[in-house]
Amino acid sequence: MAHDLAKDHADGHDHAHDHDHKPAFFARWFMSTNHKDIGTLYLIFAIIAGIVGGGISGIMRLELAEPGIQYLGWWANFLGESNASFDQTLHLWNVLITAHGLIMVFFMVMPAMIGGFGNWFVPLMIGAPDMAFPRMNNISFWLTVAGFCSLMMSAFVPGGTGQGAGIGWTAYAPLSTYGSQGPAVDFAIFSLHLAGAGSIMGAINFITTIFNMRAPGMTLHKMPLFVWSVLVTAFLLLLALPVLAAAITMLITDRNFHTTFFDPAGGGDPILFQHLFWFFGHPEVYIMILPGFGMISQIISTFSKKPVFGYLGMAYAMVAIGVVGFVVWAHHMYTTGLSVNTKMYFTLATMVIAVPTGIKIFSWIATMWGGSLSFKSPMVWAIGFIFLFTVGGVTGVVLANGGIDDNLQDTYYVVAHFHYVLSLGAVTSMFAGFYYWFPKMSGRMHSEFLSYVHFAIFFVGVNLIFFPMHFLGLQGMPRRYPDPGPFFQHFNEMATLGYKITMVSVLIFFVNIIYAFVAGKKAEANPWGEGADTLEWTLSSPPPFHQFETLPIIEDAAHH
Amino acid sequence: MSGTKNHDFHILPTDPMPLITTIGALTFTSGMVLMMHDMKGGHFVPWLGLAILLGGLFQWFTNIVKEAHAGDHTPVVQLHQRYGMILFIASEVMFFLGWFWAFFDFSLFPSKISEVVGGQWPPKELEAVLNAFDLPLLNTLILLCSGCTVTWAHHALIHGDRKSLKTGLWLTILLGLLFSAIQAFEYAHAPFAFGKNTYGSAFYMATGFHGFHVIIGTIMLIVCLKRAYNGDFTPKQHFGFEAAAWYWHFVDVVWLFLFCAIYVWGNWGFVVE
Repeated sequence: MAHDLAKDHADGHDHAHDHDHKPAFFARWFMSTNHKDIGTLYLIFAIIAGIVGGGISGIMRLELAEPGIQYLGWWANFLGESNASFDQTLHLWNVLITAHGLIMVFFMVMPAMIGGFGNWFVPLMIGAPDMAFPRMNNISFWLTVAGFCSLMMSAFVPGGTGQGAGIGWTAYAPLSTYGSQGPAVDFAIFSLHLAGAGSIMGAINFITTIFNMRAPGMTLHKMPLFVWSVLVTAFLLLLALPVLAAAITMLITDRNFHTTFFDPAGGGDPILFQHLFWFFGHPEVYIMILPGFGMISQIISTFSKKPVFGYLGMAYAMVAIGVVGFVVWAHHMYTTGLSVNTKMYFTLATMVIAVPTGIKIFSWIATMWGGSLSFKSPMVWAIGFIFLFTVGGVTGVVLANGGIDDNLQDTYYVVAHFHYVLSLGAVTSMFAGFYYWFPKMSGRMHSEFLSYVHFAIFFVGVNLIFFPMHFLGLQGMPRRYPDPGPFFQHFNEMATLGYKITMVSVLIFFVNIIYAFVAGKKAEANPWGEGADTLEWTLSSPPPFHQFETLPIIEDAAHH
Repeated sequence: MSGTKNHDFHILPTDPMPLITTIGALTFTSGMVLMMHDMKGGHFVPWLGLAILLGGLFQWFTNIVKEAHAGDHTPVVQLHQRYGMILFIASEVMFFLGWFWAFFDFSLFPSKISEVVGGQWPPKELEAVLNAFDLPLLNTLILLCSGCTVTWAHHALIHGDRKSLKTGLWLTILLGLLFSAIQAFEYAHAPFAFGKNTYGSAFYMATGFHGFHVIIGTIMLIVCLKRAYNGDFTPKQHFGFEAAAWYWHFVDVVWLFLFCAIYVWGNWGFVVE
């Protein structure tokens, strides 16, 4: 990579095949066709969205810490209502939960996992020079940004009772149809159209890349598990998102053009929306966690200096999770009046998913068993992931029971469950992946010490937020209420304290990144040792602008 | 070590079209919100957005054709394009699944609490529905014919018969336009309104989205015809044509399902116009 740009210009060389030119700043970052640059853009975007979404959690946690309404009125006025009424104040609560959910799902986890790490490392791990459709890769990113802009715009226009879209991330009709007049909800819906179109194109890109651009000798069964995870995820995106697009288009026409898809007066069916939404929504939750599974597999194998235990079982467990994930959607709808037989089926089908998931947990632990373990920062985060995700998985099995869920539906037990699998599962795996690949992406080493401190404080903080929520849920505290009442104060105070602790850890994370860029050691091509045997570690850190201009040849029995 | 590309993949230079197209898309959706709520700018912002969006896409696809002429589309890149198109069509299938889901929910379980529907399908309030074996059947035959003519054009292209390629494409486009015209006529004369009840909602949105796809497919075929006159496409390399033909067959199959489900089965035994 010792390529002298200035000299190249001076000589007026015209290499017909010279692709190692880095474009000028604007072209490089706004018109990019380079998978690593686009991956970086996705990661930066996800961090910004995470700050917004995490800030919203802060407003909510502070409000919930004490009985009564403390801060919401101030925030309503701050966001542009003049002398917000009580109803407008409460509407803001709905806006906050909606924005928090949509931002974290569509603009933080998905861009970071698939757009960020997927873009960066799928081509590197399969020995490809770039993605199959580099230009379409770019529009996938910009459409995600456009979706975020549309969602942000919705906060500043009327959405029914007050400003902004207060429909929940699930956008159930009729709250999202005649329950919320005003343009805010339309902006929010179009935000999903835009981001969804981007994700579908991204999915097409990943599937094509993975099927057609593997280096000679890399069969599907030699592919690193992270690539497998992105492949399965991409199929879920491709097949689930269009159904959401149809459902939210029905919302748009119900709202604006007098159709009655979800309006019982015209024969429509609000439950139909829930079916369509969750037919997308359940695969969506696997979309958010599968790339995390993939990253954890790479990390555990690297720092155990062993191939992953049961490689094929791990790969096909993800395929099984993906397939079965399409036929369990109505377990989100147990209290809508499903027949007992239907509930029995969905209970059974949902529990079946615990089998491939159990295979994965077992195989991670079996990989560590007898391995030569080194507890570097990514490994610590990965082990943390296994514990936290298992807690979320176990409460998932509880909630899978139609009978139990009748009592727990829409309580904080559910909130605790899905935050254990997402903010403690997906987000922990993202931090693990970040520390694993940050040296490769930036060429700098982060501070191991700060990473350990980050992990320790984060681990305490998030458990303090979300573990008491199980108790709140069992005591009957409902979701989506700004003022649950004094009975629930004790555990809510604990959760809010946990939030503050978590924010300290996030601060340390940012300090760690700044430290790495300012004073971090230069990273070697492979800072993790012989356990890191996938192709990205054969390249310099950071990799050349265009890598693998001569494709690597994969020998037998390498690279799991 | 750098600068020599020893593979057949397509590495692209930077390109402003993705960003421009996205700006068009965001302007379009935002403008739609303004329009739907009769807000300021609602009369021109959507059109401005649509113009940017379509302009961006036009330039984008023009670039792709130029790259094909420049020889960037090696066999493996053509394979990518095939995968891309098939996957795109798969996502479109799932999009229509959503509309069929709504239709079957309404028709298999017609609402008993809605006076408009009255627990029967087609709904009680409707005076009449379209006769499946009148113009809709004609439209079915038209689309099936167009599927044959586009295949004829494809075979002609493969055998180097440029004249039949053009004739086949002309016929396909004309049949496509005829289909759209008949659909427009049907919409204008249908004995039930858009919306107001589940029948009008499901019928117009499902067949409407299909019609929209027919128009997109027709535009793709028109582009192919223009390219055929320009001397594009060889018997070995004609992905643009293949993509259009696949898309056309997909649109055809969706219509068969719509025809069987909505027009024939759904309307069975009801008063026809």
